[in-house]
Amino acid sequence: MSHTAYRTLLSRLFVGACGLAVLVALIPLAFILFFVVSQGFQALNLDFFTHMPKPVGQPGGGMANAIVGTLILSGLAALLAVPVGVMSGVYLSEYPQTRLASAVRFASDTLNGVPSIVIGVFAYGLAVLPFKQFSTLAGGLALGIMMIPIVTKTTEELLVLVPGSMREGALALGATRGRAVFSVIIPAALPGIITGIVLALARIAGETAPLLFTAFNNRFFSTSLTQPISSITVQVYTYAISPYEDWHRQAWAGALVLITIVLVCSMLARLATSRVSRLRTR
Amino acid sequence: MRARSQDLGFRLTTGAFAAALAAIVIGVGVALVSQSWLTIQKFGLGFWSTSTWDPVAGDFGALPFIWGTLYSSILALLIATPIALGIAVFISELCPARLRTPLVFLTELLAAIPSIVYGLWGIFVLVPAVRSLQTHVPDALRALPIFAGPPLGVGMLSAALILAIMVVPFTSSVAREVLKSVPVTQREGAYALGATRFEAIRAAMYFARTGIVGAVMLGFGRALGETMAVTMVIGNNPQVSASLFAPQYTMAAVIANEFTEAADALYLNALVEIGLVLFAITLVVNGLSRLLIWSMARGARGPRRKPAGAAA
Amino acid sequence: MKIMRALMVTAAVLTVACGGGTPAGNATAPQASKELQINGAGATFPYPIYSKWFSEYNTLHPEVRINYQSIGSGGGIRQLTNQTVFFGATDGPMSEEQLKAAPGPVLHFPTVLGAVVPIYNVPGIEGDLRFSGAVLADIYLGKIKKWNDPALAKLNAGVKLPATDITVVHRSDGSGTTFIFVDFLSKVSPAFKEKVGVATSVNWPVGVGGKGNEGVAGLVTQTPGSIGYVELIYAKQTKTAYGAVQNAAGEFVKASVEAVTAAAAEAAANMPADFRVSITNAPGKTAYPIASFTWMLLFENPTDKAQSAAMVNFLKWALTDGQKGATELGYAPLPASVISLEQAALAKVKVS
Repeated sequence: MSHTAYRTLLSRLFVGACGLAVLVALIPLAFILFFVVSQGFQALNLDFFTHMPKPVGQPGGGMANAIVGTLILSGLAALLAVPVGVMSGVYLSEYPQTRLASAVRFASDTLNGVPSIVIGVFAYGLAVLPFKQFSTLAGGLALGIMMIPIVTKTTEELLVLVPGSMREGALALGATRGRAVFSVIIPAALPGIITGIVLALARIAGETAPLLFTAFNNRFFSTSLTQPISSITVQVYTYAISPYEDWHRQAWAGALVLITIVLVCSMLARLATSRVSRLRTR
Repeated sequence: MRARSQDLGFRLTTGAFAAALAAIVIGVGVALVSQSWLTIQKFGLGFWSTSTWDPVAGDFGALPFIWGTLYSSILALLIATPIALGIAVFISELCPARLRTPLVFLTELLAAIPSIVYGLWGIFVLVPAVRSLQTHVPDALRALPIFAGPPLGVGMLSAALILAIMVVPFTSSVAREVLKSVPVTQREGAYALGATRFEAIRAAMYFARTGIVGAVMLGFGRALGETMAVTMVIGNNPQVSASLFAPQYTMAAVIANEFTEAADALYLNALVEIGLVLFAITLVVNGLSRLLIWSMARGARGPRRKPAGAAA
Repeated sequence: MKIMRALMVTAAVLTVACGGGTPAGNATAPQASKELQINGAGATFPYPIYSKWFSEYNTLHPEVRINYQSIGSGGGIRQLTNQTVFFGATDGPMSEEQLKAAPGPVLHFPTVLGAVVPIYNVPGIEGDLRFSGAVLADIYLGKIKKWNDPALAKLNAGVKLPATDITVVHRSDGSGTTFIFVDFLSKVSPAFKEKVGVATSVNWPVGVGGKGNEGVAGLVTQTPGSIGYVELIYAKQTKTAYGAVQNAAGEFVKASVEAVTAAAAEAAANMPADFRVSITNAPGKTAYPIASFTWMLLFENPTDKAQSAAMVNFLKWALTDGQKGATELGYAPLPASVISLEQAALAKVKVS
């Protein structure tokens, strides 16, 4: 074989290998989606959304309490993470070169990488032990802490993208910096920021580890912030490791609901971003 | 004057929130240290080199968890890295433009699937598959330490496979960004010299090597801290074993399993200290990988953070 | 700031929107009025009957909602000590040290009796296997490695045991089931007592860990060649095979409500005032050897007296009407003498 032929062959092989890598990664994705959808669909019915868990050994029942629990926990997390995250993002984009900014950027990246279970341990010490009570608030705190760096990063990245002319225009009209940011720059980047928040919510709604010893779990329907609360993820975990067929079915149904949340959120986000980028390129 | 004081107010307000973010990270570190002080004092560094985990006698050594965490993460990286880089190259260099968006979406979907769903799938689909694979391993091979043990299904291999699937999207998306930042001139130069596609891409990857190492390390950081999916399939047994089929334990998994039931202060402190080290390791790994990616981006693009308007 | 508020509202709305629809007009959710939520945590061993009790009691008294999470006996003791739950539940009584570590005096109240059974998944074996305490100890010490080990074969003459490896499954979490099991093994095997000891979580020389009775039963049903130990009800509900165990009188007894009651008979006659008593390896020809009371743990003087009063009422109900539901779930009801002792002891709990 000539050297050139060998090189061409090698190149073809390489291209083939890269394509193969994509397939190899997509196979488990297809597998997981297939199982979650097929198994989950069988178990999913109206009762799943409107009924409470039944005692062990009695078939039927649903996860109404867990679904509401997940919504409340994610809402609380957003309540903490959105103000802190957006404001930090504003600071980072407005004062990018300060020493505090580098420290915060590093802290945000670090926090993003801290294992969720460690956040759970931290929230237990901060919000469970002192009050001697597992609570929804503690769970929301843990999820909120996880959400902050994601919101911060999205906000910063998007604000930097807003054309400098908009800011200069506002400042030239005599606006203060705060005014310029909040009435001109943030509104311009708002769709993107909201997209980021939605994606962050989708991610934390799927978290289990930080909730195990903060929000704990609750057999009953509860909306109290100072009581333990159920969540889809913890419930799926409890059911998954149980030996009961009926609970396994419910676990799959829970997984299907979770995946749907994630899918819907990422599609929404995708739609929004494509609209934003169209606007920007105009 | 009024405007300037308002500007200062704006800076202080946003700065306070930003400082709060930094304070949380410091707070996590301080809380973990203070809550693990008992074991830090009692066992010192011995905590990390002994392998007895005996809550009855109050004797705690975390070696098996470190071992399990590193073994599973490194194994996962060995599986995931070639695949992730292949995907990154395929999407950024090879695939038709029409395929690009859907492929990016699909790989990102892989990252978006919650850990608990991976675990559920692991228990009911992957573990039985690994078990049947194991029963088909010839006896001659099973004599090797790496394949030793009864066919359980739960164990190191299942954990590493799940981790690999979970890590691929992280590494590939960062690697994609890194490849994107390689100047076009690099590739054009290579083609001009008569390089094949492979050679041109190899040159680009060589140019981007620090960033790619950073991407791989970021995946490593993910793998180290992954909790639910791993604890559901790894078998939860604190032992230092070379076998792919042996049930083992990871740092994150032991916290998830035993944290609510650690019956005395020393036991609890031992678990928090594991959390502390997990925190420290991820801090270092993430710091390093960010540094690599950042220095790479800087090298390629010149000083970062040009005012957005100036570039156009 | 208007923007911030708008952002938060949007976020909240999106959260709801992303949930894929909340249950509208939830028929089963009780109205929020004057209700009392009591949180408890602990043993998985009595979880099936507790969840049944709390669910029934909630129908009888809609204002009282008792949320019980089965996180393991060790966890029950720990969370009670930390006062993160109102009551704990355990299958191994608290040790003197644990009692001292608690912020106030803790009372033990036996609720029902249960049995721990060795479950197994051996391909090709349909009937019941027989175990002795010594053989079980050796399996869990890793000394017996194959199903056709002579010691096992001797106990099971006539059964064709395969030459497969034994996969030992134990609990990965702190557990009263473990406590009962190792309490028995330590009584019959000095080697086991020395090497492993008795506690809610121990340092197992061999095996795989499963979380909870559920986790162990799950692992055993999924793993050919495995052996594990679970509470009787879990073996029955998962239809896993479980073996007969040799008792102190030398008889092989399969766990049953009667055999557990027989084991409790003697303990009932000599019940200590604090109810902390072990009935493993009990004498008597028909006694099942791996049996135990299971306890609820309450502070003698809890801070929240409303919850305390509700719990005392619940326990009074559980000791009378509640006992009727025990048998069908595979638990043995308490002996009558123990019930009357407990009813007297409930007066110690301060309710005002």
